[in-house]
Amino acid sequence: MTPDSAKKLIKMGYEVCVQSGAGTLAAFPDSEYVVAGAQIVSREEAWSQELVICIDFPLDQELDLMEAGSTLICRMRMESHADRADVLAARGLTALAMDAAPRISRAQPLDVRSSMANLSGYKAVIEAANELGRLFGGQMTAAGKVAPAKVYIIGVGVSGLAAIGTASAMGAEVSATDVRPEVADQVESLGGTFVPIPVTQESTDGYAKAMGDDEQARVQQVYAEQARLHDVVITTAQVPGRPSPLLLTEEAVRAMKPGSVIVDLGASDQGSNTALTVPDEVVRTDNNVTIIGYRNLPNKLPTQASQLFGQNVVNLFKLLTPGRDGICVLDEDDEVIRAMTVVLDGSIMWPPPPVSVSAKPAPAATADAKGAGAKEEASKSRWHGLWWKVLLGILAVALILVAPESMQSHFVVFALAVIVGFYVITNVTHTLHTPLMSVTNAISGIIIVGALLQVGSANPLICALAFVAIAIASINIFGGFLVTNRMLSMFQRSSDK
Amino acid sequence: MMEQTIVYQVGYLSGFYEGILRFQSLAYLLAAVLFVLALAGLSKQKTARRGNILGVIGMACALVATIVVTVFWTEQAAATTVGLMVGAIAIGAAIGVWRAVKVKMTGMPELVAMLHSFVGAAAVLVGFNSFLAEPGAPGAENAFHMGEVGLAVFIGAVTLTGSVVAYLKLAAKISGRPLMLPGRNAINAVMVLACLILIGCLVTSRGVEGGLVPLIILTVISLVLGVHLVLAIGGGDMPVVVSMLNSYSGWAAAMAGFTLGNDLLIITGALVGSSGAYLSYIMCQGMNRSFISVILGGFGAEAPKAASGSGEAAVMGDYTEVTPEDVAEALKNSKRVIITPGYGMAVAQAQFPVAELTRRLQDAGVDVAFAVHPVAGRMPGHMNVLLAEAKVPYDSVLDMDDVNDDFADVDTVLVIGANDTVNPSAETEPDSPIAGMPVLRVWDANHVIVFKRSMGNAGYAGVQNPLFFNENTDMLLGDAKQSVDAIVAAL
Repeated sequence: MTPDSAKKLIKMGYEVCVQSGAGTLAAFPDSEYVVAGAQIVSREEAWSQELVICIDFPLDQELDLMEAGSTLICRMRMESHADRADVLAARGLTALAMDAAPRISRAQPLDVRSSMANLSGYKAVIEAANELGRLFGGQMTAAGKVAPAKVYIIGVGVSGLAAIGTASAMGAEVSATDVRPEVADQVESLGGTFVPIPVTQESTDGYAKAMGDDEQARVQQVYAEQARLHDVVITTAQVPGRPSPLLLTEEAVRAMKPGSVIVDLGASDQGSNTALTVPDEVVRTDNNVTIIGYRNLPNKLPTQASQLFGQNVVNLFKLLTPGRDGICVLDEDDEVIRAMTVVLDGSIMWPPPPVSVSAKPAPAATADAKGAGAKEEASKSRWHGLWWKVLLGILAVALILVAPESMQSHFVVFALAVIVGFYVITNVTHTLHTPLMSVTNAISGIIIVGALLQVGSANPLICALAFVAIAIASINIFGGFLVTNRMLSMFQRSSDK
Repeated sequence: MMEQTIVYQVGYLSGFYEGILRFQSLAYLLAAVLFVLALAGLSKQKTARRGNILGVIGMACALVATIVVTVFWTEQAAATTVGLMVGAIAIGAAIGVWRAVKVKMTGMPELVAMLHSFVGAAAVLVGFNSFLAEPGAPGAENAFHMGEVGLAVFIGAVTLTGSVVAYLKLAAKISGRPLMLPGRNAINAVMVLACLILIGCLVTSRGVEGGLVPLIILTVISLVLGVHLVLAIGGGDMPVVVSMLNSYSGWAAAMAGFTLGNDLLIITGALVGSSGAYLSYIMCQGMNRSFISVILGGFGAEAPKAASGSGEAAVMGDYTEVTPEDVAEALKNSKRVIITPGYGMAVAQAQFPVAELTRRLQDAGVDVAFAVHPVAGRMPGHMNVLLAEAKVPYDSVLDMDDVNDDFADVDTVLVIGANDTVNPSAETEPDSPIAGMPVLRVWDANHVIVFKRSMGNAGYAGVQNPLFFNENTDMLLGDAKQSVDAIVAAL
């Protein structure tokens, strides 16, 4: 929690107490919290407040300091520590798990897993760069050419995307793989290349799922082949509540180039993405491949981690404090809050009912029903589009065939001018639509040429009509150009000042 | 026709006359190239002014060459012809300059629409003239000539009345609501068909007596068609209509060029016509609607139905009202502010106070940017022109695509007179008349403040906006200009 987020909570009507020294490691001295309006208190006092916010699940003696009826908000890792609900219920507490926010858009601002995963992705690349005995970016130096490092990222979740962005910003050649083919665009948008794999998955909760055995074997083969081609491999697969899936087998690691680096973001006691990972340690294999198995990379970016966590907390409180009056309301009908509630006033609420990430499945059914009709419609409209083009073509051919010879060249000129007109303004800036229109307007005053040629006629009627036409066309020419000029002279860039 | 007369005479011409003709061709070529460069220049901010100047030079070339040629081949006394030409141009120039200097930037859409109608009117007159000058002779040449006259008059007349109606709608002299006659598409089809038949009559006619009656009926029907076409299109679609009429005016000029056998007119008309059509296409994309549906005036076909329920501002919950002082406070505490202007800002003439507000905030270290929806306002690029007038640097004005994913990082969004372009229903309610239209996701921001005259009026689409009732949305009701002035004063 940063002084800034403390300030925001205070604005929402809360009184904020900060345990002395809580922010020291993240470079936030106690004095800054005081400036933000918070009180600095001792550990005992801090834990005895009505609402206690901490990062990870507290130690037993800390829980002992909490009063029955108060609320604990922190990361709970309920998937692997189901017993924590009993512990909390036994003490008559209310508990919200920051890491249980559902993956729906509305809950994103308070999803601590998301914000921490982002940091892990970044830090994974930095750690890998540190261990790798070469540059990330390619260089042409006086001493010769240096090829860019090749980075392979398995799993394109939040951390995977962050890693892709960071690695390509550092100049590396980045490839990435995910079981969901639809993330290919996201990978490419960050400068990576998507490597498809032969198994696909659709997700209803926003997280990847564990796969069957034969599928896994096929996928592992792809990973192994790619890993051999790359200098850095970052694995990001974590399945909530289950051991992390094995992505790189021992053989795969042994087949990698000496000097390569693996960062295993899925490292855990129950299993890691790499067969040889040792959680929380950096190990080097016999064939000189370094495997980094740090479990909590965001800890290595304390300032940002605290800031993001603090902002997540603030966003949670926005949801919990509809009145902005410092009164915390747990609305269990709200699916976000329901999903995060582990224990409510001593009764166990875990596990929450599943939350569907998007409304996709429901409309999909109706879409299927409509599917046939829509397809028919689509083909019909394609035929429709073609129909008038064909008609236009026939008309043009007919015109050319019957038109007198003297007309032919005019058709050519006309067709070419139409095409030039299209191309010339294809890249027009949005800002210039109006000036463009007033200029074309002025130019279309060229009709004056027709009227001018007619004004010399001996027929007084023609002469009079031409006179009027010249006058109105001149309004266009002069008005159009002048007003465009007026508009354009107003446009300015801040650097022009 | 003059041009053709010239062609017949070429054989007898002395070297001097031939020189004049070559001079004319050269000048026309130069003018055509300059017009292309002018349009190309206008598509980039840096080259825009140069583009405009090139356009002026091109026009000058074309005028000088045409005047010289006309004077040499006039059927009257040369002095009379010169007098007529200079007199007419002087009258037109005086009116044009007067309008261009006087017009307010908020009145730009009206002026542009009005100018389109002039081109349409001129095309009709030129069409009539070329009919009168050469009313009919046997042969395919003549049939084509008459067909072209018919088309030029048809398109010119539709442009003329269509633009006048567009002008009236934009100037709020008539209601912006779409006129929904029963079977309006059938009426249009019948009128177009009648016009085609009349053009057919013209093609087969020989002489003034045979051709004049069909031509006049054609003109009248085309004029009515133009009125009806634009009346059926709702005010919200006006940006498309204005650029569509721009395109029509170009086609009218091109058709006139065909009747006169004048390549410069053909080239310029085609340039304007196709670039206008492309502009309309961009506009339609901005609204996620097909060009055809806009032209047929479908917008609002469903809206009145929805409006009967929600047009009276069916209450969708409670909204929070704030004072300018609250807004000033909120702005002071923000790091990043985005302003999304809409037509309401133009109506209230609030662009100057808004720019002043922006400068104050920027001086105070707040990051202020503008997010402009492609169809905000009543004309393509309307908001950009207003903001430029108020000297907002154009690099702080962002397009929807640049900014839409960033709203979550924004502390405060000021929605000034925009409604449909910030309506979340476009994304959430598949039944909404604006469903599928890309909108600015202002609701992702921390805090949204909506400037609105009153809660009673819905946007142009006639749809209520759930944004106003969001928890993080506050309403600042009242005239936008006064509101912004009050905020500036409070800062």
